[in-house]
Amino acid sequence: MTAAAQPRVELRDAAKSYGAVRALRDGNLALRPGEVRALMGENGAGKSTLVKVLGGVVRRDAGEMLVDGAPVDLHSPHDARDAGIAVIYQEPTLFPDLSIAENVVMGYHPLGALKRIDRRAMHRRVRELMDRLGVRLDPERPVRGLSIADQQIVEIAKALSFDARVLIMDEPTAALSGPEVERLFTVVRALQEHDAAILFISHRLDEVFTICDTVTVMRDGAVVHDARIADMTPDEMVRRMVGRELSALFPKQDAQVGEPVLRVDGLTREGVFFDIGFEVRAGEIVALAGLVGAGRSEVARAIFGVDRPDAGEVHVLGTRLPAGTPKAAMRAGVAFVPEDRRQQGLVLDLSIARNTALTRLGSLTRLGLIRRSAEHALAREWGERLQLKFHRLEDPVGTLSGGNQQKVVLGKWLATEPRLLIIDEPTRGIDVGTKAEVHRLMSELAGRGVAVLMISSELPEVLGMADRVLVMHEGRLTGELSRAEADEESVVRLATGQIEAAS
Amino acid sequence: MAAATAPAEGAHARRLTELVFRVRELGIVAALVLLIAVTAILEPRFVETDSLRNLAVNASIFAILTAGQTLVIVTRNVDLSVGSVLGLSAFMAGDLLSSSDALPWPVVAVLGMGLGAACGAFNGALVTFGQVPALVVTLGTLYAFRGLAFLWTDGRQVNAETLPDSFLGVGTNSVAGIPILVIIAVAVVLVVGQWLRDFRAGRELYAIGSNPEGARLAGVRSDRRVFTAFVLAGALAGLGGVLFTARFGTVDATAGTGYELTVIAATVVGGVAIFGGQGSVYGAALGALLLGTITSSLIVLRVEAFWQQAAIGALLLLAIAFDRFVGLRVEAALRRRSARRAA
Repeated sequence: MTAAAQPRVELRDAAKSYGAVRALRDGNLALRPGEVRALMGENGAGKSTLVKVLGGVVRRDAGEMLVDGAPVDLHSPHDARDAGIAVIYQEPTLFPDLSIAENVVMGYHPLGALKRIDRRAMHRRVRELMDRLGVRLDPERPVRGLSIADQQIVEIAKALSFDARVLIMDEPTAALSGPEVERLFTVVRALQEHDAAILFISHRLDEVFTICDTVTVMRDGAVVHDARIADMTPDEMVRRMVGRELSALFPKQDAQVGEPVLRVDGLTREGVFFDIGFEVRAGEIVALAGLVGAGRSEVARAIFGVDRPDAGEVHVLGTRLPAGTPKAAMRAGVAFVPEDRRQQGLVLDLSIARNTALTRLGSLTRLGLIRRSAEHALAREWGERLQLKFHRLEDPVGTLSGGNQQKVVLGKWLATEPRLLIIDEPTRGIDVGTKAEVHRLMSELAGRGVAVLMISSELPEVLGMADRVLVMHEGRLTGELSRAEADEESVVRLATGQIEAAS
Repeated sequence: MAAATAPAEGAHARRLTELVFRVRELGIVAALVLLIAVTAILEPRFVETDSLRNLAVNASIFAILTAGQTLVIVTRNVDLSVGSVLGLSAFMAGDLLSSSDALPWPVVAVLGMGLGAACGAFNGALVTFGQVPALVVTLGTLYAFRGLAFLWTDGRQVNAETLPDSFLGVGTNSVAGIPILVIIAVAVVLVVGQWLRDFRAGRELYAIGSNPEGARLAGVRSDRRVFTAFVLAGALAGLGGVLFTARFGTVDATAGTGYELTVIAATVVGGVAIFGGQGSVYGAALGALLLGTITSSLIVLRVEAFWQQAAIGALLLLAIAFDRFVGLRVEAALRRRSARRAA
């Protein structure tokens, strides 16, 4: 690699806003031929937005994008692909109804006579790709029902299916096992030798130090650092990503730990999670850590009764909850703040007041009609207690910022005076200031004797907030760590299943 | 380790789903045979050549419409306006052919398809570039196109006497014992079916219906493809309209009223998933044949009209229930299989 080489692709001062939220600013990044660059940052730092700009999924509001030195405007992922840019996205983009082979070559099927699709050639080509990746997946099998790891493999095969000159990988290894990651790295190195430019996003620092030459660090939507990997240490990397002292941000107060509130026994949903058992006591914050796709959210959904488990029991305060009945869970004092705020946590088009009152509708009615005044009183009370920033209570929730939306979700559940709060990714996509408020609130609740089960993919959050950390790997609980035992290394090791092999 | 057993299991899963798909189309054929057999026992004349030929002719126009509808439904959209487009095109064909210096009928057939394609383009433009749900757009154009037909006909009616014999022959004559209408329908179903099955653009329609966002990320030009699907569905409805005139001779502004629901019902009965991503033109065409046969057989058996409608409704619910049942079974089987692999 020569430093002077013309960048294959370059972003200059790119910016992107979603409504009031500035997801990306000062987006500066250059990818040179033969370079493997890491893109680091916490969740919500703007990495995915930057990737989407490069991939033509969203259009930048400002700044410049250059491919081989020439300014370009990508209007769609198709344009990006024509420019030789392949992207492996974090969220699944597969077609469940179609075969693995079709998923890989979609839009670029090999053609035979009369431009008919040559299915033989298609299957052969995909089988070769799978061999290169060292996995044995039948190309003719439908994608529906594949494990997360296999789906990830298909995503990777899709990006490698054409001669990409720029390969962007947004957490490609999140669900992969050790040997599969090794294989992927071999492929990446081969591409590197063919002068492709590669952007690699991962939360696993060891991978970044293994495979990358250079690193770009993002924080709060902006690129804050650009360096050679050789000049960085893991500590410095984390410091630049977080950019603040951890202790100040996660103020978990000590609380009196009381009786068990939640007891889960042998909870199993076939193909998703197996034999999950643990307890959460009053006043305790227990974190459920693990990689994306480990089955954490699914466990939470089964506890609250959204999904019906195949086996196992859930007890709240000694009473067994009937399976698959969220209403019973609510009556037993369980509150559930889901992962996807916009889809599952809120009704975006309804007003702030309406959303806040949703869990309490029964107690706000007179003669079966909902009293607006009671609704407003409730919403106003919680708005004040949570320091919600809003214009009017009649405004649709969708107009609020992410952090304030999360406060509405919290308010909605706190209004039910829960004994157990299950909160999935409490601060995803929330700005730093509001993050601290949410953490303070969770800590306060624990202090008042509420049992809190928190699912989080942000290690600092897990380490800062939790009294105990439960770690899941591929649908199983692989370990439990006390606050004292838990550190970045021990959690990551359990989450990637490295301990299982040893024991 | 786990990977070593993967090919066998993958192949197994594939056989399973392949079987299900084959069963899906075989199931319609079986239902069809059973229906004809039962009717034939009660009324032997039902299986005479003329009667069977009639069944096929009756299903022909519907089969052409279901082929177009399949293209649209596979992309997770729907076209409710096909009946009205058929009406417009049917009247246009009649009007053009009954004037003194009539155009040759093949030219009129092309014009009819062009008119249909224009209607489809209007639908498609609103759905893709206007970002309006297809259900709303085509519900609107269902009324709008029908209104246009009333405006145009102005109470007039085209009669068979004014139409050229060569044109009416298309609707009534046979070649080697096979009605021309059936030949046209089979040709259309084969061409559209192959296009959807074996060509890039066709496969992209499945991708769009299976995961719209994923299709976009994979570089599929979704808007263009969905637009094309609507244009083709419109063109086929236009062709259906011309054939309608050829077959019935008498056309007014109400031609094809209510066809859209029969067409959608036939498509769904034929195994095309209403949420897109699954199904084939062949299955849908078989669905059209099955629905047509049920109606005829109930008429032959002198069952009251009310029960005919109820039977179609019951069949539709049965088909949906069957698909749902099979879908859940397959999904559970695939889930268990990958679970065993992971374990």
